[in-house]
Amino acid sequence: MDAFITHTGTAVPLKRTNVDTDQIIPAEYLKRITRTGFEDGLFVAWRTNEPDFVLNQPQYAGASVLVAGPDFGTGSSREHAVWALLDGGFRAVISSRFADIFRNNSTKSGLLTVLLPQADVEALWAAVEADPTTQVTVDLQAKQVTYRDVTVPFEIDDYTRWRLLEGLDDVGLTERHLDDISRYESARPAWLPAALPSRSPA
Amino acid sequence: MPKTLAEKVYEAHLVRSTAGEPDLLYIDLHLVHEVTSPQAFDGLRAAGRTVRRPDLTMATEDHNVPTLDILAPIADPISRAQVEALRRNAAEFGVRLAPMGDRDQGIVHVIGPQLGLTQPGMTIVCGDSHTSTHGAFGALAFGIGTSEVEHVLATQTLPQYAPKQMAVTVDGELPPGVSAKDIILAVIAEIGTGGGQGHVIEYRGSAIEALSMEARMTICNMSIEAGAKAGLIAPDATTFAYLEGRPHAPHGADWDAAVEYWSTLRTDEGAVFDREVHLDAATLTPYVTWGTNPGQGLPISASVPDPAEFADEGDRVAAEQALAYMGLTAGTPLSEIKVDTVFLGSCTNGRIEDLRVAAELLRGRHVDPDTRMLVVPGSVQVKAQAEAEGLDRVFLDAGAEWRGAGCSMCLGMNPDQLKPGERSASTSNRNFQGRQGKGGRTHLVSPAVAAATAVTGHLTAPAALETAGV
Ligand code: SF4
Repeated sequence: MDAFITHTGTAVPLKRTNVDTDQIIPAEYLKRITRTGFEDGLFVAWRTNEPDFVLNQPQYAGASVLVAGPDFGTGSSREHAVWALLDGGFRAVISSRFADIFRNNSTKSGLLTVLLPQADVEALWAAVEADPTTQVTVDLQAKQVTYRDVTVPFEIDDYTRWRLLEGLDDVGLTERHLDDISRYESARPAWLPAALPSRSPA
Repeated sequence: MPKTLAEKVYEAHLVRSTAGEPDLLYIDLHLVHEVTSPQAFDGLRAAGRTVRRPDLTMATEDHNVPTLDILAPIADPISRAQVEALRRNAAEFGVRLAPMGDRDQGIVHVIGPQLGLTQPGMTIVCGDSHTSTHGAFGALAFGIGTSEVEHVLATQTLPQYAPKQMAVTVDGELPPGVSAKDIILAVIAEIGTGGGQGHVIEYRGSAIEALSMEARMTICNMSIEAGAKAGLIAPDATTFAYLEGRPHAPHGADWDAAVEYWSTLRTDEGAVFDREVHLDAATLTPYVTWGTNPGQGLPISASVPDPAEFADEGDRVAAEQALAYMGLTAGTPLSEIKVDTVFLGSCTNGRIEDLRVAAELLRGRHVDPDTRMLVVPGSVQVKAQAEAEGLDRVFLDAGAEWRGAGCSMCLGMNPDQLKPGERSASTSNRNFQGRQGKGGRTHLVSPAVAAATAVTGHLTAPAALETAGV
């Protein structure tokens, strides 16, 4: 995955709560077996049915930081939601609350999810609405979001931050511990189930 | 130190635990379906990796499958390509697959328990958020993304941080006509769609202990709708009785050893939960959702709420948007809302008991002429059992459609979809905008409410059916 160190771009205020993954990318787009090319499905229902939807407003074209309401990414485990946001040009999402699986998925593909208090999210909404050209910097190295003269620190655990800064993928890291895995496996009780061989009556 | 059930299961699976790094957790069972796995298998191939434990991996076809003509090739070329990709990947990597037409095929969360692969104390993952269903057996079971699917395929482990602990205690006796679905809809309405974030929920209390395994699965299934990582219930005699004799359950001396271990899987006296919620089962009534997230639910006797009455601005705006999407007016009694379609099925309520409850209400009655009812068993075996019990006849005689097994109208990925503006009463788990088809409107209900609604054509509590004399 691509490393994330710092990113500067314009932002779009998505002032909705509970933006679920079916809105970020509907199920029909999940039939594809590729890992890229999901931008056409990103928020497609809202983009199609609501002429005033923020992503249809020209002043926010080209934005790369999504500033969303609380409980962003609820619903399904589809990592396609993260891919669609990346394919749609977003590098970071800011919200006061994220659904767990979405947040976890985002860390696997280099989309930075930034947790800020709701008051800071609202201040950012106001700043961006007042001037959509406002440059927002999301700095993972310094763990802060800055725009104009405002600097807001954010928390992220050191390990995830390190992985993102280095662009490391988990499988490679875990493979350093294959001995531990084998040791664990040799101590598992024999009665634990296995799918193979199949025990279904034919 | 006293521990919760979830902590015990978590700790028993630690491969490695080092300060400053996530724990490495061993995964006992990895369930796979066609939608979230193709990119993971591609990743393995690209890196020259294999599946570490094909024997602990089980795949099925469910999301894309049509529920009519299931033996014909899938008409939609993109769906067909996705299912074919899974078949190729399963063959190449040596993973067991239950394809369409196989006697073990069905929704991934229905077949695991049915085969006896889901057992107490296990760690179970799947690239699917409703993996929480398997927690009904006292397993730690949760949904993962595609990158994690690849990780588990390659290493049979996952990097994890210990989740927080939450207890939802439901005491008392459920009134007649009120079911597990109503319990969980009430819990979500109470704590909200984000209420469980970062937590594993343990459901406990006398009302939970009184539930069958199938009802417990309905509750654990929707833990994710409350934002929780997982939901679980301590295994007990009900659990053991369900498992005994299933194809992959232990037997003989192994059974005894397993039961001995399973019996230790209870939250210790004095264990501390980070959050606790209490509910009195006796006060519950049938619940329905009126909005576009599962937290927007109310007793069926209530009316569509007025957005102006929500104190929180976010909730108010969300309610306004929901009513606009749902085409509802504040103040309308929920029981007057007419539906076009009733969907009985999904991993929440597509099991044999769910079908029995609905069939019981439909026996000798007829589906409203302006309403269609789809009955979709959760698996091929549920279908066979229902047919052996004659339930298919009851549904067909009542004018409902009897379909093949799959996710069906739970999500708009296969031919069973709502048309724009159509309204459904659905026993599935998500009422998101467009979930059941573009522009479709969903009211989440229990199987009993679904059946009663099918008869009258508008949202109806089962008890109202008796009083109305229909
Ligand atoms: S039935 Fe619905 S919720 Fe369950 S696995 Fe299928 S699509 Fe997901």
